This record gives sequence, C-alpha cells and structure tokens, in this order.
Amino acid sequence: MSDVVLLLITGLGLGALYFLVAAGLSLIWGLMRVLNFAHGAFFTVGAYAGWTASTALPSASPWLSWSISLVAGIAAGGVFATLTEVVLIRPLYARPVGQVLVTVGVSLCALALVEGTYGNDPKQILLPDALTGTTTILGAAITNARLLVIFAAALVLVLLLLFLSRTRYGLIVRAGVENRAMVEALGIDVQRAFTLVFAIGGMAAGLGGVLAGAYYGTIDPSRGTSMLIFAFIVTVIGGLGSIGGSAVAAVLVGVLQQFLNFYAAAGVGDFAVVALLAVVLLVRPGGIAGSAPT
Amino acid sequence: MRGRTLLIAAAVLALLVALPWIGVPIPGLFERSLDAPGTLNVLALCFVFGTLALSYDLLFGYVGLLSFGHALYFANGAYVFAIALTRWHVGLPAALALTALAAFLLPLALGAICLRMRDIPFAMVTLAFAEAGSILVMQNPLGLTGGEEGLALSADALPAALVGVPNTHNLYWIALALLIVAYAVARRAVDSPAGHVWQAIRENERRVAVLGLNPYGFKLGAFVLSAMIAAAAGVVYVLLQGGANPQITTSGFTLALLVMVVLGGVGTLWGAVLGGIVYEYLDFRLVALANAPVLQAFPAVVRIPLSEPLFLLGLLFIVLVLFVPGGFGGLVRRRAPAAP
Repeated sequence: MSDVVLLLITGLGLGALYFLVAAGLSLIWGLMRVLNFAHGAFFTVGAYAGWTASTALPSASPWLSWSISLVAGIAAGGVFATLTEVVLIRPLYARPVGQVLVTVGVSLCALALVEGTYGNDPKQILLPDALTGTTTILGAAITNARLLVIFAAALVLVLLLLFLSRTRYGLIVRAGVENRAMVEALGIDVQRAFTLVFAIGGMAAGLGGVLAGAYYGTIDPSRGTSMLIFAFIVTVIGGLGSIGGSAVAAVLVGVLQQFLNFYAAAGVGDFAVVALLAVVLLVRPGGIAGSAPT
Repeated sequence: MRGRTLLIAAAVLALLVALPWIGVPIPGLFERSLDAPGTLNVLALCFVFGTLALSYDLLFGYVGLLSFGHALYFANGAYVFAIALTRWHVGLPAALALTALAAFLLPLALGAICLRMRDIPFAMVTLAFAEAGSILVMQNPLGLTGGEEGLALSADALPAALVGVPNTHNLYWIALALLIVAYAVARRAVDSPAGHVWQAIRENERRVAVLGLNPYGFKLGAFVLSAMIAAAAGVVYVLLQGGANPQITTSGFTLALLVMVVLGGVGTLWGAVLGGIVYEYLDFRLVALANAPVLQAFPAVVRIPLSEPLFLLGLLFIVLVLFVPGGFGGLVRRRAPAAP
C-alpha cells in the first residue's frame, strides 16, 4: 500500500512539473500557433537563475534564500520569454515555420551558454530543512518538497484558470485561441496578448525549473530538454490550447510513467507514454479536451 | 549556363576523388595537409552529414513534412549494421542486407502511423517515436546497443581495407560515393512524376487530393526513401567512427539536421548538402577554436560564448532564419541573373 501511495505522489509531482512547462506551451500554441522549442530553455534558465541568486546572496535563513531563488527563477523565465517573443518571434509573424526554427535556435544558444557557464555536472540545491523532511501519508514517507511542487502547480492551475475566465486579457486570449482572425477583425490588439502569453508561459516554466531543483535535489543543463519532450507529449494528449486538458494529461503521464518504471522496468514507463501518445492521436486526434484538429 | 554548371560540378568531383593523393597543406582551413588521415576523416564525416541533410531536405524541403524524428532512421542504419556485425557476427554482406531490410521496414511501419497526422501533430509524433528509439538504445536491451557507452565495431568483422588509420582514404572514397549516389537518387526522385506530386503536396495538399491523387501514399513513399538514404549514411558513419554512439539518437541530433538544412537552403538539394558539410566542418573547427590559447586571454563574458560551438551555430542559425530565409542556396539564387 505504502508503495502505491509513494508512487502516486511521486508521479503527481512529476506531472506537476510537466504541467508547469506544458501550460505555457499549450497556451502559446493555442493562441499563436507557434511550436515553442525554446520552452525547455526557459525552464533551464529559470533553474540556473534561481541557483545563482541563492548562492550569490547568502542569507542567514535557508527559507529566505530559497524564496529568493524562487523569485529569481520566475523573473528570469518571464524576462527571457518576453525578450524572445518581442525580439525574435514578432518579426516572423508572416512565416510560421521561421518562428519554429527561431525557437530551435534560441534553445540551442541558451543551452550552450548555460553549459559553458555552469558546466555539465549537476549542481546541488540547498533546501530548508522543512522541505527535505518527510511527511507520512497512509504509511508512505513523502519528501515535503514533492508535496510543495504539487501544491505550487495546483496553485498555478487555479491562477491560470482564474486569469483566463475572469480578466479582460484572459478573455482576449480565450477568444484568440478560438478564432484569432475574428479577434483582430474586432479591433483588439492581439499582439499584446501574444507577449503576455509568452511572459506567463516563461514565468511558469522558470518556476518549474526552480521547483524541479527542489524535487530532484539537483539541477543540470540537460533536464530542460527531456522536460520539453514530455511536455510536448502532455500538450498533445491534453489537447493543444487547453489548460485543463494539459493538467489532466500531465497527471496521467506522470503517474503512468512512475508506476511502470517501478513495476515493470526502468524505461518502460517512458516508452508507455510514447505509446499512449500514439494511441490518443490515432483514436482522438484532438487530444482529451480537443475536438477535431485545426 | 547549364553546360558551365556541369563542367564546374565535374571539376569539383574530380578534385574530391583525387584529394587523397594531394599532399598540400591548406593553413587556416585544416591543421594538417589534405592527404593526412585526420583531414580525410573530417571530410568523410562532412560527406556523411551532407548526405543526411540531403535526405532530410527531401522530406522537409520537397514534401513539406517537418519531421522531428529523422535521427531515428540514421541511428536505425547505424545500430542495426553495428549490431549485426559485432553482436551477431553475420559478416559484412549479410549485415548490409539486414540493415537494408530494417532501413525499409521501420520507416514504413512508423511512417504509416505518423502520416495520419499533419503539420505540427505530425512533427510531435515523429519526435515522440524518435524519443522512444533513443530510450530503447539507452536501455541497452539484451546487451545489444551498449547503452550510454555506445557500440564499438570489432576490427576483425571488417575487411582489412576498411580498418586502421592508413586505410582512411578508402573510407573517404566510400563516403564520397555515398554522397554522389544519394544525390543522384534524390535528384532522379524529385524530377520524376512522383517528385512533382511531392512538390505539389508541399504547396497545396488538398488540391492534390481533389485532383484524384492520394497524398498519403506519395508522402509515405517520400518518408521511406528519405529514411533509407539516412540509414545508408548511418552505415558509413559507423565505418568512419568505428562504432555507433547514442548521441545520434537524440532529439538534439535531429535539431542539428534542421540547422544544416536551413543553413544550406530548404528545397535545394545541393544547398542542403552544402549545409550539412559546412555545419559538420564548423562544428569540428569551432571546437579547435574553443581550445585555442588566444581565447583564454579574453574575459569570461567573451570567452564562454566563443568556446561553445553550439552557441555560435545556434546564433548563425537565428541570423540566417531572420535575415536570409533561403540559406546559402537562396543567396546564390538571388545573386544569379534571372534565367532567360
């Protein structure tokens, strides 16, 4: 029993990390039809910005130091994403393939810079004692950091849903996902919404980077790439453009992966996720939340 | 005009074939003289990547299929060949036959599934399958692939003429022959009636369907042909490198392919070949730059970006995408006077 609970919560934590990356990807694709390969770089830059901030500003309290790294990671992800959109993606609105290619270039450059600056070896993350301690749930000892990751992702999900349903910009984003040409025809400036969606996606990915450091205990330059691939899979399974669909798919993928990697063999879970993607696309091409692909 | 192009092509070809006998050092471009095994090996690798870029351009540039999983088919050729030779000890001819069979069947099966999607979903499914392939190789099933360590070819599995540093020129000629044959096949294919349908699909798939042709079959044909050329490049890569390594299965490798093709010019075969050659050469030379003593004198802000080949290649890629959409091929076409 405790095994099952442990795997379930670990899988939920992994799903939470996938969701933080996938949410931005899904919104960006839904609104702008840009497949953003740079999203893994936002994640990695956030993680390293957090690490740098907490080591550069040593403070007496580990909580304060970790909070600083959280803020730094979110800020770095948001700023990097906004710059990417404004400087590189905006000039290419007429060329959708060019936009995808530019994000590929951004991810190559950013990853190379991070590797050059920090090296390839994993960096240890210093966490407050309260996060490295464990809580016993139904007989399973769970690291508090994992619970925090799940809680944070749930909070982001609620905030995003509130933003989309209650604010004016949320309304524009939702309308843009449905029919961008119509929103433009009504005289609404969609470009501002594009930048906003990129900033939000980058902030969520940066947060994901710092939280992944807490989840795994270390950060390394290559994790962003594998996160990105699984986040792609999550967005497609969830239905591109749907935040709720991404959340459901993230949990499904994370939990499935953990259970199969434990009970079958290491690697089988990752394999099963790819198989799940193939099945979903063949049976229901629009994903869980979607209808027909556009 | 056409006659002159042919003449230039023939001259370049003759020069490339004769290269192992020309012991001229080219300072700045290569560290050693042209006939040195090290130089020949780099050039041969450039030809392999030129071939690979060519196969990717066949798919992306001519049919408009943006695949993010092309590395899988290159790795397919490389790993099946290496496994057949070193793990199953079947001998060279049987290993080649087995590789050819796998090179045909794998893209046929996976392409049949992937091509039920279009555009971005297609790109994502190909990415997912390639990731599955990469995981499989890393897991080292039955001890076949060697996992992270890669799989080294045992020297006694190959004819003596293909083994050892003094025989590098033979491998060089094989790589050159691969590039020429692949180019000829691709050229014939895109100029054939099926090739015209491919380009029509790239422009407007629905229209092709309305004309009564089935785009699915044509796309699958292009997918399999392109994957088979990639697998052939994989075989020569294994011969050159003396084994297969898991880096060639990663999504990063496919992205490198994309960079090569865009560098050279999407939709021109020779442009893609040039892109692959230039990319591989730069990748090799920029590593040398990273270790150059001159660079150590600079402050970290300058030194670190310059010592990362991928950063410089990525930057070059971004600049090309933004300002020179046609790549090298586009530059030349723009310069050339309009055809009469």
